[in-house]
Amino acid sequence: MDFNNDLVQNMVSIVPEILMTVLALAVIYLDLYLPAGRRQATVGYVAGIGLLIIGGLAALIPTGGNTLADQLMFGGMIRSDDLAKIFKVMIITVGGLTCFMGMGDLRLRYKSEFYAIIIIASIGASLLSAAADIVMLFVALETLSISLYILAGFIRTSQNSTAAEVEYANRSSESGLKYFLFGAFTSAFLLYGLTLVYGLSGGETSIYQIGPNLATSEHGTAVIIVALGMVVVGFGFKISAVPFHFWTPDVYEGAPTPVTSYISVASKAASFAVLTRFMLAVFPPEQLLDGLEGYSTWWVQLLAMTSVVTMTLGNLLALVQTNIKRMIAYSSIAQAGYALIGVVAIASDSSAGSGAAAVSFYMFMYVMTNTLLFTGIILFSNATNSETIRDMAGLSRRNPAIALGMTIALLSLGGIPPAAGFFGKFVLFRAAVDADMVWLAIIGVLNAIVALYYYLVVIKVMYVDRSPDDDQPIAMPAPYGFVVGVTSLAVVFLGVFFTPVWNWATTAGSDLFLR
Amino acid sequence: MEFTGILTGILAFPFIGGLVILMLNKEAKEQARVIAAFATGASLLLSLLVFFTYDVDAANAAHASLIENGTGPIVFQFVDHITWVKNLGISYQLGVDGLTATMVMLTGLASFAGVMISWGVDERPREFMAFFLFLVAGVYGVFLSTDIFLLLFFYELAIFPMYLLIAGWGWVELREYAAMKLTLYILIGSVIALVGLLVLYFQAGAFYTANPDLLPAASDGAYSFDFNHIHLAAQYGAFNVNGYMGFDGLTIARFWFPFIFIGFGVLAGLFPFHNWSPDGHVAAPTAVSMIHAGVLMKLGAYAALRMGVQLTPDGARVHLPWIVLLALVNVVYGAFIAFRQRDFKYVIGFSSVSHMGLVSLGIATMNNTGMMGAGLQMFSHGVMTALFFSCVGMVYDRAHTRDLPSLGGFIYKMPIVGVAFILGGLVSMGMPPLSGFVAEFPIFIGVWEGIPAEVIAKAPTSLTENGAHYYGLIVILSALGIILTATYVLRVTAQVFFGDFDEEKYHEVNTKPLRVQDRVALIMLSSWLIILGVYPQIMTGMIQSAVDPVVGLLKYGAGLQ
Repeated sequence: MDFNNDLVQNMVSIVPEILMTVLALAVIYLDLYLPAGRRQATVGYVAGIGLLIIGGLAALIPTGGNTLADQLMFGGMIRSDDLAKIFKVMIITVGGLTCFMGMGDLRLRYKSEFYAIIIIASIGASLLSAAADIVMLFVALETLSISLYILAGFIRTSQNSTAAEVEYANRSSESGLKYFLFGAFTSAFLLYGLTLVYGLSGGETSIYQIGPNLATSEHGTAVIIVALGMVVVGFGFKISAVPFHFWTPDVYEGAPTPVTSYISVASKAASFAVLTRFMLAVFPPEQLLDGLEGYSTWWVQLLAMTSVVTMTLGNLLALVQTNIKRMIAYSSIAQAGYALIGVVAIASDSSAGSGAAAVSFYMFMYVMTNTLLFTGIILFSNATNSETIRDMAGLSRRNPAIALGMTIALLSLGGIPPAAGFFGKFVLFRAAVDADMVWLAIIGVLNAIVALYYYLVVIKVMYVDRSPDDDQPIAMPAPYGFVVGVTSLAVVFLGVFFTPVWNWATTAGSDLFLR
Repeated sequence: MEFTGILTGILAFPFIGGLVILMLNKEAKEQARVIAAFATGASLLLSLLVFFTYDVDAANAAHASLIENGTGPIVFQFVDHITWVKNLGISYQLGVDGLTATMVMLTGLASFAGVMISWGVDERPREFMAFFLFLVAGVYGVFLSTDIFLLLFFYELAIFPMYLLIAGWGWVELREYAAMKLTLYILIGSVIALVGLLVLYFQAGAFYTANPDLLPAASDGAYSFDFNHIHLAAQYGAFNVNGYMGFDGLTIARFWFPFIFIGFGVLAGLFPFHNWSPDGHVAAPTAVSMIHAGVLMKLGAYAALRMGVQLTPDGARVHLPWIVLLALVNVVYGAFIAFRQRDFKYVIGFSSVSHMGLVSLGIATMNNTGMMGAGLQMFSHGVMTALFFSCVGMVYDRAHTRDLPSLGGFIYKMPIVGVAFILGGLVSMGMPPLSGFVAEFPIFIGVWEGIPAEVIAKAPTSLTENGAHYYGLIVILSALGIILTATYVLRVTAQVFFGDFDEEKYHEVNTKPLRVQDRVALIMLSSWLIILGVYPQIMTGMIQSAVDPVVGLLKYGAGLQ
């Protein structure tokens, strides 16, 4: 197998990760050497702005080339293609936005470790979206996961904590532990699956070598399907697909809200990138195998079923939630179900990779949307000390900007134009019809209607219902104002002027079919 | 790229007006109203310009081959075209034909009248006007789009402001339930139609990939959402390949037509999916009811005609002969229920269901007369029902009840409202020389004529073969609806406007006179009912120029292959 041996190109391809490492160290250094009074604001701004700049930079870095061999860097450890690039940009950008969100959270803002860990998690996530070797894949996945376990259980008590703070800290610890236990369990499955494909392929670690080897191997189908299933369990946990979703509502509810936001966007986006890349490379469809049959139909069927169950169950359970964070948790399960439609829609008529392109676009709009939504939730729950939907009554009178931002986000999740979700869903369902899976598209659109019900209920509560506190405005601190502004504009722009990002996503999708 | 700019202007005025209003100061109530009136007024003027300068002769000449042989594109006028996403074949593409020019003018009338009527909305008028303008912009967008993606984009765009308007400003007892019901009904219909349209899009793409020499010169590529691109593929028979899903006699067109037609038909109040509409009309604030019953239901019928009948004509040949029965139920059953209501607004709500049934009936005839009647009925009913709802709103604002038996004598206090309502009532019964007669008469003639023999020959079904004259029966039954209409209209008029006036109970009538704006709206709407009634030529030529190509396609377009 050929790799790109140009040292400069190799180094350029990991510039974002190198810079993030430097940034993480800088944050820890600043924490130690700045005087206590200036530390709090400075560290947050350095981390946030730094990540946003690196995110912008990642968009400018050229890919390795126009063939598979040119794009494989470091002896096939990572692949520098447009899929990796688009996911890196979204992950690093929301990492930066999450730092801004953390600055307004009283329980997080004084702890510089929070920012450092967010940066490290982003390194893991961006390497994960580029990983082309099972060793690299697992290392990146664990970097991301372990950082997130720490973040979920980040809140601790001190000697003078009030009862409410203790309760809050306990919930956080519980969610951290739960996340860790579930995560470690499914990581073991994933690792076992990876060792199986390693062995069955005759000792290859590069996923682009494993694929052809598996297809021509003498081993029986059964054992390969077992390996496939184990891998799906591992990734299914990360994207919170049913039936590996049980951790999601509890962790989302218990973790500090900025962390919840980060888990729901960056971790999910990176996992979708690696899922799409891994499945297409290790169990490739016919067109990547010169007509050999391969094992792609197995995972396509399996993931199609998972998609149906995931979106249906997620939406049905979201209908009955009263806590906004739990509702968003179930909604994010359902959103993962929609995105899976794009993963399974590989056998397209119109252009190779339209399914993967749809996933890329969908995740791009989804990370912006969910960040916007969670920012609104933080602002609301900071002001009211409540996370129940009913208490959001009158939000449009207390702060129109927050209500408008959250409305845009909810409409986007519901797939109503001009928010980005409409085009996102449109390309997903288009991909499904393209792949002759009309039934999947129909189940998808019906689910979208169910979902719209509970999103509209929240909007109704914000705009129509009245509360006794109508005349008490909710303040919006500067970092939050920045996040709400940036993400609202991004969601509306992606919903109307989607052409550049969609073209980019199309390139990303077709890159997966390069030989 | 082509750009005339007039249609974009029609679309842009309400949209920009809405954004400007949202940026106003909270206290700027009067400014919000003035801006809204200006935005809808400007669009109305532009739409009148389009209506009166639309070139019917040019349209007929351009469609000659489509009318005679069933081949050729629909030639739109005032075209604006900018490529949006090239690799998906999505364009920002606006244009009008005879029918949409009329519908755009209807939207202009109803929206301007709506703003006039809503001058008295005092609870957060800024948001009300802004959302109302977004709704209007979305509605304009659907009528103007000649790209399927764009049409769906605007279709869904219109839904959300409507939800908020009903849920936020509607009748307190019903508004949340009705708003949600209406939104979900309409969206379910449209998303199922969306899947069907995607199937057509891919089939057309595959067809043009296999036959590159047939690819229209204007298309971006084999895969395009351009209306004519898919319309032409339908004419080449791309959707008529026998054996879809392995069934003999089943084609893409025949399988997907009901989903597309009924999916959009939900918004037209097609039985049995009409249930959202009376509740929605009753719960909505007056201006929204006007847009809703006056324009949105037409939007459903229009989309069903354009996306259903024109893109899958072979499906229409097979399925419209039974869908006509649903339309019949609409007409008669809607009228019966309207007859039974005690609530003033519910009467009008169910009368809309009944009248929209006539539109579906006209479309289902598949002949020139019936389809032209359907087009005229869309306009006539739109203006009429907008007038009805504004009268109801004016009475309710002062009486604070809509309970029919307790009302009475309002014509003595509000003569202009009474006269307008009676005029609307006469239109509703189809009394000559008003617009209702001009519209309903051709529909009944058309149903009597029945499905053209050429259409039946292309796709004979057991219904059309064995019961060739059942359309004659339908005329008789649906004429019953007209008698019932007369009964309930007269009853309502008598109960509300005549009889004794209770000075004590309805004292507000004396202290709250009609505004100038209210009069403007009433006069503007009423005058169109009379103009169309005495001088139907103003519209018949245009509508005929739009429906003849559809009938030509149904008669001579490709059949089963």
